[in-house]
Amino acid sequence: MEDTLVIRGIEFKSRLWIGTGKYKDFVETAKAVELSGTDVVTVAVRRVNITDRKSENLLDYIDPKKYKILPNTAGCYNVEDALRYARLAREAGVSDMIKLEVIGDERTLFPDSIGLLQATEILAKEGFLVFPYTNDDPIMARRLEDAGAAAVMPLGAPIGSGLGIRNPFNIRIILEAAKVPVLVDAGVGTASDAAIAMELGCDAVLVNTAIAAAKDPMAMAMAMKHAVIAGRLAYKAGRMGKKLYASASSPLEGML
Amino acid sequence: MRLKVNGQDIETTSATVLQLLHEMVIEPERVAVEVNLKVIRKTEFERHPLWEGDVVEIVNFVGGGSKK
Repeated sequence: MEDTLVIRGIEFKSRLWIGTGKYKDFVETAKAVELSGTDVVTVAVRRVNITDRKSENLLDYIDPKKYKILPNTAGCYNVEDALRYARLAREAGVSDMIKLEVIGDERTLFPDSIGLLQATEILAKEGFLVFPYTNDDPIMARRLEDAGAAAVMPLGAPIGSGLGIRNPFNIRIILEAAKVPVLVDAGVGTASDAAIAMELGCDAVLVNTAIAAAKDPMAMAMAMKHAVIAGRLAYKAGRMGKKLYASASSPLEGML
Repeated sequence: MRLKVNGQDIETTSATVLQLLHEMVIEPERVAVEVNLKVIRKTEFERHPLWEGDVVEIVNFVGGGSKK
């Protein structure tokens, strides 16, 4: 059954997107990425180590021909920095995709909505495919869409918190109104969280810490893969209505 | 001449961005370069001149997802 996610003409085979931070080393990163079945990985833009040129490059392990590379602007606390990182990322990479983060606060890593909107507008005009990391705010999601975002990425909970989908009702409202794809970014702590996001009707889920910080990241990468597939199928299948009382599954006819 | 590259003062004879990357044994394909806050297109690496006191940033991709 073909169920490909298409965003601005780009086909994504997997609805599980993987962040590559916090892993022990590149070997572990590459293995988890492979086991997750993803075809999209997010990466950060940082200075090349000019004193130790033997230091390895992530792209030696994650083949950009095999995976779509989605650079982020993680660590940027204002519009200017986010634009600078986005423009550098486009030049370093092979696509116009940018996972836009304009962080408002170090402790919560919540987005600075005003800065995010400004940066989205500017980068969209420059031809970027902007994937803004936003609060689970339906009005903000609409504003980002109007500003030219290719998709919106509401958080389920704070980055790296593993608290799951804290406000499924807001995610549902965002989904109802959105004309662009909606991807849950941040907050997923275990497989069921990813499944819940998908059952709500999200187009994809981005996971990093839940896999990287699991006791067995490889097993969790596989768990996430199956959870996202299961959640998507359940969404498409359409769940039964909830009832207060029992409804017998076995026929009463033919009983002694 | 002296340049500031990724926050470090260095002494170089490289006259262009491409020469500097070669000198530092950095694969031009994998990086992005900024000179005095201006992003230099890859196609311009060969031509873009470097001058005394230029501030150069050379970046690449590292592991990162939803991370500070």
